[in-house]
Amino acid sequence: MKTVTVNIVTPDGPVYDSEVTMVIAKTTSGEIGVLAGHIPMVAPLAIGAVKLKKEDGSTELVAVSGGFIEVRPEKISILAPSAEAATDIDLTRAKEALTRAEGRIQKKQDSIDFQRAELALKRALNRINVREGNM
Amino acid sequence: MVNLREIKGRINSTKSTRQITKAMQMVSSSKLRRAEQNAKAYVPYMEKIQDVVGAIATGTKDSGHPMLTARPVKKTAYLVIGSDRGLAGAYNSSILRQVQRTINERHKSKDEYVILAVGRVVRDYFVKRDHNVVSSVVALPDQPTFADIKEIARNAVGMFIDGTYDELYMYYNHFVSAIQNDVTEKKLLPLTDIAPANTSASYEFEPSGEAILEVLLPQYAESLVYGAILDGKASEHASRMTAMKSATDNASDLISDLSLQYNRARQAAITQEITEIVGGAAALE
Repeated sequence: MKTVTVNIVTPDGPVYDSEVTMVIAKTTSGEIGVLAGHIPMVAPLAIGAVKLKKEDGSTELVAVSGGFIEVRPEKISILAPSAEAATDIDLTRAKEALTRAEGRIQKKQDSIDFQRAELALKRALNRINVREGNM
Repeated sequence: MVNLREIKGRINSTKSTRQITKAMQMVSSSKLRRAEQNAKAYVPYMEKIQDVVGAIATGTKDSGHPMLTARPVKKTAYLVIGSDRGLAGAYNSSILRQVQRTINERHKSKDEYVILAVGRVVRDYFVKRDHNVVSSVVALPDQPTFADIKEIARNAVGMFIDGTYDELYMYYNHFVSAIQNDVTEKKLLPLTDIAPANTSASYEFEPSGEAILEVLLPQYAESLVYGAILDGKASEHASRMTAMKSATDNASDLISDLSLQYNRARQAAITQEITEIVGGAAALE
C-alpha cells in the first residue's frame, strides 16, 4: 500500500515524523481519514486523538490539543499547540489535571473560567484515553 | 605607606567576586545553548504555519477577518519583552530606551497607548512611570514552553480582537550571535504583511476558508509571540554571559594591579625595616 509522510509539529519541537498508510483525525466538522495522494486540504482539528496506521498494520496514537491538519498529496502536516505520542504521556499528571479541571467545573465560576476548565477537562480526558489506548 | 592589610582584603574580596561572576558566566552559557536548541526546535513549526497562513490568506482575499484588516488607530499596544533579573549588560536598558523614545515620538498623551510587559524589569519600569500596563507576565522559566506563554499571547491577541487596541507592536532583542543582539520592532497585529506562499497548491478548505482563518490566525499570532520570547531569552542569556565575562576579565585585571601594589608595598616595608635596623646598629657604634 502507498505510504505518505506525516509530520506532527508543535512550538516546542517536532513530535512525530514517519511514513504511514492512513491518518485518521478528528476535525471540528467530524472525523476524516486521509490516504496517500489526497488532494491538498486544510482543516482545523478538535481536541482528540490522531490515529496513524502503519504499513505493517499497527496503529499509533497521538493526542493533539487543537491546531489544524494540512494535507498535500505526498505529505501531511499537523500543527498543534501541543501534542504527545501515547508512549510519552504521563498518566499520573493527566489524571491530576483531570481532577483539577473537574474541581473547577464543580465550582462554576464565571463563564470564561468555566469554558477554560471544560477545555482543560477535554484535554486531560483525551490524554488519558490515548495513553490507555481505548479509542 | 599603603596599608598592606587593606590591599590584601581588597584582593580577597575581588577574588570572591570573580568567582561569582565566573560561575554566572558558565551558567548563562549553558542556558544559552539550551535556548538556542529551543529556538531551533521551533523553526519547523513556524515555517509550516507561515506557509499555510500565506496560502490561505492569498487564497481567500478580502476575507474581512478582523485580524487581517487595518482599522483607524485609536489606541496602540506595545508588547515589550525583557528579563526578570538584571546583571545582563545593556539587555533591558537598550530595549526600554528604544520603546520610550518611540512612545515619545508617536504619542502625546498616555491614553493613546498601553503596555504589555514580559519580565519584571520591564513591568517595574513602566509601572513606576505611570504608563498603562494592561497585562504582564513575570518569572518565566529560562526555557519557556508554549504552555508558559500561552496566557500572555492569548491576552495580547484577545485584546486586539475585542477592540481594546487597534494595533500591536512587539519589542524584543533579536539574537544575532553570542556577542550581538539587536532591538527589534515588529508589527504583530493587524497581520498586514503576510508573505504569499511560494507553493502553488490550492487547498480545499474543510469546512470553509473563513472557519479555518478563525482558528489559524490566533494560533499564528500566538506563535509569533512565542518565537519572539524564545529569541529574547536566547539574547538574554547571551548578553548575561558577555556581561559576566567582561566582569570576570575586569576582576582579573584588578587583581593583578592590586597584587603588584601589594608586592611593592611589602618590598617597601622590608626595605624600610632593614634601613631602620642598619640605622639602629650604626647608632650603637
